[in-house]
Amino acid sequence: MDPLTPSSPSSSPVPQSEAPHRRTDRHRWGDRVFFGLVAVVGISVITLAAAIVGILIYSSQQSFRVFGWSFLWGTVWSPDSNIFGVVPFMAGTLLTSAIALLIAVPLALGSAIFLTTHAPRWLRGPAGTAIELLAAVPSVIYGFWALYVIHPYMASTIEPGLHQYLGWTGLFGGTAVGLDVLTASIVLAVMIIPTICAVSRDTLLAVPQAQKEAALSLGATDWETTRVASIPYARSGIIGGIILGLGRAMGETMAVTMVIGNADRIPTSLFSQGQTIASLIANELLSNTGPLQVSAILEAGLVLFVIVLIVNIVARILVWRVLKVGGGVVE
Amino acid sequence: MIHFDRHARRKLLSHTIAVLSGLAVIAVLYPLVSIVYEAFVLGGGVLFQAQFFTAVPPNACSALSCQTVGIGPDIVGTLILIGIASGISVPVGVLAAIFASEYRARGLGRAISFTADVLTGVPSIIMGAFIYGYFVIYYPTIAYSAYTGGLALSAIMTPIVVRTTEEGLRVVPNSVREAALALGITKWKATLRIVLIAALPAVATGVLLAIMRAAGEAAPLLFTALGSNLYPTGLGHPIGALPLLIYFFALSPYSNQVKVAWGATLFLLLLILIVNIVSRLLIHRMAVRMGGT
Amino acid sequence: MLGGDKIRTEHLTAYYGPKPAISDVTLGFAEHAVSAIIGPSGCGKSTLIRCLNRMHETVPRTRVEGQVVLDGEDIYQLDPVRVRRRVGMVFQKPNPFVTMSIYNNVSAALRFNGRPSREETDRQVVRSLQQAALWDEVKDRIDAPAVSLSGGQQQRLCIARALAAEPEVLLMDEPCSALDPIATAKIEELIKKLKEEYTVIIVTHNMQQAARVADNTAFMYIGKLIEFGPTEDLFERPKESLTEAYITGRFG
Repeated sequence: MDPLTPSSPSSSPVPQSEAPHRRTDRHRWGDRVFFGLVAVVGISVITLAAAIVGILIYSSQQSFRVFGWSFLWGTVWSPDSNIFGVVPFMAGTLLTSAIALLIAVPLALGSAIFLTTHAPRWLRGPAGTAIELLAAVPSVIYGFWALYVIHPYMASTIEPGLHQYLGWTGLFGGTAVGLDVLTASIVLAVMIIPTICAVSRDTLLAVPQAQKEAALSLGATDWETTRVASIPYARSGIIGGIILGLGRAMGETMAVTMVIGNADRIPTSLFSQGQTIASLIANELLSNTGPLQVSAILEAGLVLFVIVLIVNIVARILVWRVLKVGGGVVE
Repeated sequence: MIHFDRHARRKLLSHTIAVLSGLAVIAVLYPLVSIVYEAFVLGGGVLFQAQFFTAVPPNACSALSCQTVGIGPDIVGTLILIGIASGISVPVGVLAAIFASEYRARGLGRAISFTADVLTGVPSIIMGAFIYGYFVIYYPTIAYSAYTGGLALSAIMTPIVVRTTEEGLRVVPNSVREAALALGITKWKATLRIVLIAALPAVATGVLLAIMRAAGEAAPLLFTALGSNLYPTGLGHPIGALPLLIYFFALSPYSNQVKVAWGATLFLLLLILIVNIVSRLLIHRMAVRMGGT
Repeated sequence: MLGGDKIRTEHLTAYYGPKPAISDVTLGFAEHAVSAIIGPSGCGKSTLIRCLNRMHETVPRTRVEGQVVLDGEDIYQLDPVRVRRRVGMVFQKPNPFVTMSIYNNVSAALRFNGRPSREETDRQVVRSLQQAALWDEVKDRIDAPAVSLSGGQQQRLCIARALAAEPEVLLMDEPCSALDPIATAKIEELIKKLKEEYTVIIVTHNMQQAARVADNTAFMYIGKLIEFGPTEDLFERPKESLTEAYITGRFG
């Protein structure tokens, strides 16, 4: 590969025979050094990714030697008896993320529809920016706010209400303390809404005007146009955005730790105290009973890493597909 | 003959959805309003005293025995950690992005771009765990220090810098590169002095956003920097940071500590939100000046 | 003018921002006839036709003055959704719904009104596709994606889709400009048959096409209506010198 040639497809290489050879060997050497430098640095990024995986695997060795694959379906986490299984935290992670999605998707999608279709033009920019600012708020501040503003309200009003009216579903059993799976899910929902909304909005904006005009000209209402022309076209992008939100929810730590109640058990109701893999690492990595626990915690971290990795790759593929097809900007 | 006599119902549905979606936006924005409001109400009193920025956080003391309280050490800690993290992530990120963008070598550039993209999605606690798993365990002298904390933050910042720099470089038209080469400028000088400078606004914004992200992170610092209530005396010791202070004091049973946490929250929030808004305005103005949309 | 006016404009002026694209156009389109609007690029013919089904206002910062009267009612006083059901449109570039099959494209308008029975929908779909002279070509693959059709077929699909809504007037904005001559000929054949059931208004940049299919022709220039009358009269005995200059090819 010739470092002197512009590497883009749209330009032609400078013919070497015609280019004035003002470059001395010294300058050529400068190019080579620079290329070497950026190449090494570039590869170090890949090394970083490999290092993360490598170190997590290496640290999990001890735990793997003791529990083998049964770590993945072990339901007991007992530092006192040195028995560790990841299921309680998988359950916590999946449960909180699932409920967060249930709450977040309608709100995020509804907001995206409002911003692309119904909002007056002067409102679209500022409202969109405000929603994106939500994404900039640090997790620990969300947790703090949830602890002092949301949780008391949950404990005093919402959860007793849920228990009274919907207790028959079996989801709302146990005492309503306010620091539980449900509150954690709600905070997570608030945190992932900006992600889902931004992606949905971008994909809805990428729908060609011609598709919408086709619907309008048939006598469709605004909603029918959105439903028939826009959403099907943007569908894979919207789903991709939702999956991106899922990935974020699964990895969130601080906000969850502060309101989930921190109990190393499989939650039996939405009012149960629980623990996600992320909050487990935050809580027990330092206050542990020995190297086996540390190894088990890092093995749980590896599990989380793999799951989030897969989720994120799937999401990126879906979003990339719609934005590219529509002729919009690829993220 | 098809009768569209359900016309009224269709219009009603369309209007209902319009209203519901508007309510959705309000519901979505409520947390932002609430957080800013509560931070002002609960933290404003503490924040707007000059000594808040220099004094030391309270240990478990009652309102009587603590004269002045503040978050000085944690501000310094955050600055130090971000300094170390930026010192690593900015050169690495920019150079890696240059490689991926300007030297598209046999798919390696795309691999780097893809890897960086994937890395932005890795939970920050995992980044901390990975630094813990190696540096904290095997380098006990600097186990809990600004070094490990800075490393953890740099692992979070680097992918962001790579991605935003790459985007910025990609937007620079090829005519700029070709003109530079046609003038006989060597590629490495052309890249650094001309192409990178052309992309500088986007790169600077990306770095700024990465810094703001790192400034708000607590999870990876929990077992690397560890936290401290005293002014840092060296880089090899545990060091405090604003998000850590907020976390620890938020869970405290002592109301004066909680108050300090709210003050710190307000400070951090204002900092992050203002930087975000300003950088957006700058991008917008720069894009307009360059003739974009 | 043959028959009564099905739809006509009264002193119609339409703006994009501050600029009027058409000014003070008063023009009547006869029922069950094909009327063509011709003129050089930028004369406002597309703007005019998009005012007839209130599509012009879907673009931001647009404004309309004057009236468009359909069967005696000003459409700007009516609900636009109802207007667009009665006045259908076929666009310059075929725009079938890309995620849908041929069947679902044609039946789209029917599904806005809840779910008519499967038999009812089937009947309408077949009828519309026959009217658009597409049925024979697609009857074996009615569930195939709409985008698998050729350009000319897609345009006939769009015509079928518009007809399935059972409009009274069909607007066609340069429907053949993106198509090859064979596809164009098929659609021109189609247009001549459609006037038995519908009122057809077609915008075209091709004078010969207007001469071939239209009963009446209007000539526009820089937003103003210059001349309007039976096609033969307009082409052989134009009253305005501007019209004569255009049809003899001196500009545009």
